[in-house]
Amino acid sequence: MDIGREAPILQAEGIVKRFPGVVALNGVSLEIRAGETHALLGENGAGKSTLIKTIAGVYHPDAGEIRIDGRPARIRNPHDAQVLGISTIYQEFTLAPDMSVAENIFLGREPLRIRALSIVDRRALVERTREVLASLDLQIDPEATVRHLGVAQQQMVEIAKALSLDARLIIMDEPTATLTSHEIDRLFQTIGRLKQRGVAIVYVSHRLEEVKGIADRATILRDGAYVATVAVASTTIDEMIRLMVGRDLKDKFPKVNVEPGDEVLRVEGLTRKGILRGVSFRVRRGEIVGIAGLVGARRTETARAIFGADPLDSGRIFLHGKPVLVRTPADAIANRIALVPEDRKRHGIFASLSVRENVVLSGLRQFSRKGLLDLRGERRRAQEFVSSLRVATPDLEKWARDLSGGNQQKVVIAKWLNTNAELFLFDEPTRGIDVGAKIEVYRLMGELVSRGAAIVMISSELPEILGMSDRILVMRDGRICGEFARADATEENILNCALRGAA
Amino acid sequence: MPAVIVALAVVFGSINPNFWSATNLANVSRQMSILALLALGQTFAILSGGIDLSVGSMLALVSVVCAQQMKVYGLAAGIAAGVLAGGLAGLANGLIIAKARVPPFIATLGMLVAARGAALTLSGGLPIAGLPRQFLTLGAGYIGPFPIPTVIAVAAFALAHVILSRTLFGRYVYAMGSNEEAAVLSGINVANYKMLVYVTSGLFAGLAGVILTARVISGQPTLGEVQELYSIAAVVIGGGRISGGVGGVGTTLMGVLVLGILGNGLNLVQVSSYIQNIVIGAIIVGAVWIDLARERRR
Repeated sequence: MDIGREAPILQAEGIVKRFPGVVALNGVSLEIRAGETHALLGENGAGKSTLIKTIAGVYHPDAGEIRIDGRPARIRNPHDAQVLGISTIYQEFTLAPDMSVAENIFLGREPLRIRALSIVDRRALVERTREVLASLDLQIDPEATVRHLGVAQQQMVEIAKALSLDARLIIMDEPTATLTSHEIDRLFQTIGRLKQRGVAIVYVSHRLEEVKGIADRATILRDGAYVATVAVASTTIDEMIRLMVGRDLKDKFPKVNVEPGDEVLRVEGLTRKGILRGVSFRVRRGEIVGIAGLVGARRTETARAIFGADPLDSGRIFLHGKPVLVRTPADAIANRIALVPEDRKRHGIFASLSVRENVVLSGLRQFSRKGLLDLRGERRRAQEFVSSLRVATPDLEKWARDLSGGNQQKVVIAKWLNTNAELFLFDEPTRGIDVGAKIEVYRLMGELVSRGAAIVMISSELPEILGMSDRILVMRDGRICGEFARADATEENILNCALRGAA
Repeated sequence: MPAVIVALAVVFGSINPNFWSATNLANVSRQMSILALLALGQTFAILSGGIDLSVGSMLALVSVVCAQQMKVYGLAAGIAAGVLAGGLAGLANGLIIAKARVPPFIATLGMLVAARGAALTLSGGLPIAGLPRQFLTLGAGYIGPFPIPTVIAVAAFALAHVILSRTLFGRYVYAMGSNEEAAVLSGINVANYKMLVYVTSGLFAGLAGVILTARVISGQPTLGEVQELYSIAAVVIGGGRISGGVGGVGTTLMGVLVLGILGNGLNLVQVSSYIQNIVIGAIIVGAVWIDLARERRR
């Protein structure tokens, strides 16, 4: 199909979306033509999610216009978007896990046998589901319970559902994040079939190799602004990265070189049935050790085990050469270990507590005098961190919920700086925060190691791993499959190791 | 919310001037003191992300235990036994919730039924009369112009306020209710503090039960029905969030005042008690609805 001649089915122009304290989208435009696969690229925090949620009717733009088939459209909610032929498949699926595939696909639109009594025609339901699945060449039992399907199959059910809604535009948010390479192939075949039917796909992904293989055009966003729309075939991956990053990698990673000192942490044979299979490594004072790997390589689980948040079946943890027992996070804190978790909303921030209360929480005992908290001392300490980390907040009593992602992350980090920790486990420390805040987090890591702390940094962003680590460990299937010195590490050999399990 | 309370008072006062009489105000505050103490305990439970459905039944259990012990061992022992009974029932709730990890709704629902059963079993279903005359003072006496139950409730509010705003325990209650997983990962021993939450709620219910027993000057196994629901209502009407982490002594005080003034005022203006229930039901839902609407606009 000659994409160039197809008329645009969706045009978004000058979209502006503000959240308290941040401009998430600042005049972004996007044009999607029938039958094309259009990649949406940008770093975390570039505004991709906000843009797709705006198109899907989840957010309302503060300015700008969305046109469908050339006509201005009002998309007030996800249902409006559906009626206009736009379906979105989020990373978190929206299926009802205890209902069957057929019930999910026709949820709210069940074929009825006796209309007045709303009695569902089960046979027609299953039959029509079978037709939809067959049209995508999918071998899924319409009567299977969704809970019992794998992630890849659930995703296919979402796609089938979109198709049954006569979607002409399907937005896929990081569809391959949790798929195996075989499943990714199947997904690409399905996308190919959708293209033949003239369905357009908006494909959000960080994996540029995939984008290169599947997309026709790509729109690149940076810091909430539109950068460019390019034809993928005539653009190299390096060029795409340059458009996404907008500056040299060098000043993006303010790496401080510290002469490593004594060993701070050594773990030997950390094992947890079905999850960790004998993880061993060490970290020295002044060192940043990066842990790379694919989603599901059990990096987060490794950090949680060291922090006492998950139990271990066997394995030993040594601090300064002495074995320690860390059975709870409280033990870890007593041993001067800190964990900045991956999922900030779920594990890090207390949304309805103030900035002050968040910052002092883990080290709260310091402020207890004869059983009463020294609120003035808390305020003083919180103010110090807010100033030194440049947390953008109108005042200390503001709810943490009202801060931007980057500032929330700084608050979580401040909470650990206030505990006198010397070993920091950073799990995806810059996920979902903007580029400016990222650089500040990196600077902070540099300061920590300069002052003699040791850092373990888990990250899925290879540039971050390469830019910040002194040493790089690669994990796969619950074990460490390779180790690289900073000088020897390249994206290629790390990926090779993460994918194939050999250095 | 303070504006609503003032408005209610002004309206009732203008329809029936007796509303402002010293006798009536003393009566209202005395009646409110029981609900106030239950609501304080409930505040801890709800703030921590849980709930305590058993506080109403606990009143009955406490009343029976208090009366029985008082008849055998005397005034002081009876009062102590009553408060302790509340604390122990709360400890049982806490153990089941924190150690066996049964959801608070279910654990305290069980206690709601079981505590009532225990009260009826211990008393044989009959009131326990013949308590010492001096005990009457606790329910009906005055310190200066203030009824003793009112003084106790005010003191309890002050104590709860200090605990919630100025102690580790209080801060951790908010943290657990705001984000329990993050609380665990911040090094808080969530299980222990949860137990403490339900013990606290039980102790407040114990205190309330003893005062109520003094007011009726007998042990009554049928006291306190649906009081747990009013205590929950008091917490949320003032702006406490039902899922935890938001609220406190101040918001609970507002809720108690609204419910107390409404009950008394509607009586004074001679609205039938049947209709009163309809009004109070509407107020509970309306107050929370307004609160949510305000939250969404933020």
